[in-house]
Amino acid sequence: MLAPPNGREMIMTVVAGRTLTAPEVVPGTALPEERIEVSPTFVVSTAIATRDFQDVHHDRDLAVAKGSEDIFLNILTTTGLVQRYVTDWAGPEALVRGVSVKLGVPCYAHDTLTLFGQVLEQVEESSENRLVLEVLGRCGRGEHVRGTVRLVLPEVES
Amino acid sequence: MTSTASSATAAKDTGPARDNESVHAAAERISAAGESRPRPGRDPVNLPMIHNWAEALGDGNPVYTNAEYAETSVHGGLVAPPAMAQVWTMGGLHPEPAPDDPMRAMTAALDEAGYTSVVATNCEQTYHRYLRHGEHVAVTTKLEEVTGPKRTGLGEGWFLTLRYTWYVDTEAVAEMMFRLLKFRPADGDEPARPTPEPAGDNTADESDPRTGSPILPAINRDTAYFWEGTAAGELRIQRCGRCGLLRHPPGPMCSECGATKPTHLVACGHGQVYSYVVHHRPPVPGKELPLVIALVELDEGVRVLGELHGIDPDEVHIGLDVEVFFRQVDEQVTLPCWRPRTEGK
Repeated sequence: MLAPPNGREMIMTVVAGRTLTAPEVVPGTALPEERIEVSPTFVVSTAIATRDFQDVHHDRDLAVAKGSEDIFLNILTTTGLVQRYVTDWAGPEALVRGVSVKLGVPCYAHDTLTLFGQVLEQVEESSENRLVLEVLGRCGRGEHVRGTVRLVLPEVES
Repeated sequence: MTSTASSATAAKDTGPARDNESVHAAAERISAAGESRPRPGRDPVNLPMIHNWAEALGDGNPVYTNAEYAETSVHGGLVAPPAMAQVWTMGGLHPEPAPDDPMRAMTAALDEAGYTSVVATNCEQTYHRYLRHGEHVAVTTKLEEVTGPKRTGLGEGWFLTLRYTWYVDTEAVAEMMFRLLKFRPADGDEPARPTPEPAGDNTADESDPRTGSPILPAINRDTAYFWEGTAAGELRIQRCGRCGLLRHPPGPMCSECGATKPTHLVACGHGQVYSYVVHHRPPVPGKELPLVIALVELDEGVRVLGELHGIDPDEVHIGLDVEVFFRQVDEQVTLPCWRPRTEGK
């Protein structure tokens, strides 16, 4: 079997986990920490998968010439990872209503991105019961991203 | 309060002020043009692109790629990952710039004014609903706000706020607020004062707290007099030009009478420890710990925060008589610090 391309345990089969229900989650609940080895392949494949062809995301020589240390993750990927980190925890039928990210230091190739998260509060928005989660992504040079995700969980198990 | 971009109301008669006027004029013109024409994505929402995205980002959620599973799910069919909203309308390898793109027009105006570098700082996406496979989205862009000029860790710059709206036909399905900083790199002739935002924090290597540059204050029009004072060996305290109230930290407006005519007086530099903390953890770049931070009540009656040196942390107490001294941090910044008062008690 081929090694996963990005160092993360990838389970791409149909075995989907159960979706958490609203009564199971309370403010303060922590999400499991996740470490992502940010290989050059990971930076390049995610940039191309988000249709971002800026050279700083795939050409190290040009990235260095422009003052970066290496190629680095693009914003669409950071946003996507924040969303995916939360739905991996919440389950396949959790509904994502918003992802906000505040960007910090760049996440360069060969770094490790560690994601942390917790449920901050429950709010009533657009006649829905939503969870507001905070997600932090730290890499070697400091905080790469501070994100907020708004999520709707099923009220009862389907 | 380190990062709020403040609107510039510049003095009228200098070169930079003229530049500011031209930036404001461009911002007004481009904002007034409103939403750009809808620009359709290259392809409809489709399984191959979703599969590539899910594979690259490691998202195994079957509602995106497994028709059978999706059918019986809350969605009733295949949907796209919400965070892919923007992907559908990315310009691709050979983007064709839209003539009415406000982002392009505004960045061109800032390039012209010398703010040539760019960094994104915030991205807030709202998803009104999930997109189904086969739907075709188009995007519009609008310039919402331009604020500056602002001194940042990267150099002086302007924050641009843009709003993107994705439509399926006439229905808005997703929105994004996108904020970026267009700046003049700090190594230019304009010296820059670091603030903790936006291009990253000043966190140094935690293994040795003394490494890394110390965190420096943000200097702006409201606070410049203070830092000019410390550089000249003066502790300047803001005084309202109308009612005479002393205030610190500095601000544009008197909290008592509302006047916006700040003046200052030079404090005698004596005071007493009103309160203090001894900071042990976490490490602070450029500082040796433990460090005493004191809130000093000046003889003039105003309280000022600062580092307290020249005394064992265990011996610090409330009411301790202290005097100011000045410590130059770099070419631009001199910090006022405190030490026990030794004479003229």
